[in-house]
Amino acid sequence: MPSTSTGSLRSRRRQVIPILEILLFAIFAAAPIMLADYLTVFVTRVLILALLALSFDLVWGYSGIMSFGQALFFGAAGYGVALLARDLEITSIFIVLPAALAIGLILSFAIGAFLLLGRHPPSTIFVALGTLTGSYVADRLARDWYYLGGQNGIPSIPPMTAGGYVFGEGPVYYYLAFTVLAIVYLVCRFVVRSQFGLALAGVREHEARIAFFGYEAQQLKLIVFSLAGAVAGLAGGLYAFHEGFVWPNMLGVVLSTQIVLYALLGGVGTLIGPVIAVIAIEIAGFWLADSFPQIWPIILGVLLLLVVVFWPTGLIGLMASEQERVGSFGRPSLPRRHLDAGANDAAA
Amino acid sequence: MPLLEVRGVTKTFARLTALRGVDLTVGENEFHGLIGPNGSGKSTLLKCIAGAERASRGAIRFAGRDMTTAAPAERARAGLGLKFQITSVLPALTVYDNVLLALQAQSSAASLVLSRTRGALHDRVMHLLEQFHLTRRCTERAAALSHGQQQWLEIAMALACKPRLLLLDEPTAGMSLEERRITGELLMPLKRHCSAMIVEHDLDFIRNICDLLTVLDQGEVVDSGTVSHIQNSRKVQEVYLIRV
Repeated sequence: MPSTSTGSLRSRRRQVIPILEILLFAIFAAAPIMLADYLTVFVTRVLILALLALSFDLVWGYSGIMSFGQALFFGAAGYGVALLARDLEITSIFIVLPAALAIGLILSFAIGAFLLLGRHPPSTIFVALGTLTGSYVADRLARDWYYLGGQNGIPSIPPMTAGGYVFGEGPVYYYLAFTVLAIVYLVCRFVVRSQFGLALAGVREHEARIAFFGYEAQQLKLIVFSLAGAVAGLAGGLYAFHEGFVWPNMLGVVLSTQIVLYALLGGVGTLIGPVIAVIAIEIAGFWLADSFPQIWPIILGVLLLLVVVFWPTGLIGLMASEQERVGSFGRPSLPRRHLDAGANDAAA
Repeated sequence: MPLLEVRGVTKTFARLTALRGVDLTVGENEFHGLIGPNGSGKSTLLKCIAGAERASRGAIRFAGRDMTTAAPAERARAGLGLKFQITSVLPALTVYDNVLLALQAQSSAASLVLSRTRGALHDRVMHLLEQFHLTRRCTERAAALSHGQQQWLEIAMALACKPRLLLLDEPTAGMSLEERRITGELLMPLKRHCSAMIVEHDLDFIRNICDLLTVLDQGEVVDSGTVSHIQNSRKVQEVYLIRV
């Protein structure tokens, strides 16, 4: 039986996702107080990978662009800031993080323009293979280019600085990564809940249809692809300074695929889902690698396969309804006169 | 000058010729019906006008502009609104959001990101929903609507773009008699604001609502004129007697 509008409004109040968001970020905020230093370093890495997962969720979960190349923007930005630090001795946070963001943005804009802007909308497979190829080519290039350090990458990147202050490994860098993640998350949330988010939902649900309203769907996709590239770039910059070195795997298909798995496990199109999945996968990997060093990748792979096959809506799908996951973009409440008009409709 | 001019439009799919040199005009505030047996090319012609299909030959001019090769989005911005034959509302979105999506299409990307027009468009969304008796269900998913209500929603979405010419492909398909009657009542007042080209199999419906009719058969125009002219047309009677 169809629910009434008031019923729908009531059900909308029982939302799980905002509770998860508040809970998760509260835990993140308090984590370094409770964790040993080596675990804080580990969770910092998780936070940075969560940024990368967010970037994939923007393109696939919200716009229906299957990108198998998010690692390309992540790695390219990582290499870019590593070169700034190595060759120009630039480590200022005010330069390196904007530079990482800009590298991701420009590279994704260029690749996106090539893949997405055509006379006819590109197929999902074309974009997936195009981005995958970009990731693979970048990986090979980095491995074979002496200037980029070849297989070994670029080691011994000096720490990030702000004036005389050094962002060393541990709680300080953790809170830097946490702050960046929180800001990016809020920006992404704002964008996907805006009218632009509604247009993206239209692109994702029925791209061909919305062209008949006057939307330039391919341009909208390019904007999101570039935004997601910028987020991946920012993550790459943070990662490079956190780890102190960059290497070809940061650009390659293995990491690109791993990001897809984060999102699928967590639940695409929810933002918080992929973040939760990064935590789940990384912690499971951390624990399984310790307990079952030989077979943990297989165990992890099987677990992921089971989740993807049996829970295609991911972990968030187990907790939040489809209605909540898709969300609504209009006004949350209706003026009385409209409800009265609705009652008249019913009477008619 | 007519609002829409279709001149010698031919559409071929591999070996099949769906349209053969179709000529047709639609004036301002005119409701123009397109009828004919199944497979006569009515929907294909509508798609060629809307941009869903590209005409193989011929020209399409709308509001004085050549639209023959224009993309669907460009045609929509010029004032062509389309309701598809198969209902294509966005089922996962709420009824309200479906209409808002159509209404906000003319806004810039920056304006959309900042949700600048959300408040301003609210009353227009609600007005359209009221007009099509969908207010009470505005917060439900479009998938939850009945087939007839989805058809109304799609017409509301097409109207949201303030089209100068509304292209309606079988607006009453799958509707009950009562729903057809209501649809006719909903469409009639639109004549004050826009023109319409309506493809429909229900001849009673189209007779009541349209000013002019064009009859297609095997991709060619058989006859065109007022409703009474078509009713008395020997050529049209032959087509319907032989093929229907």
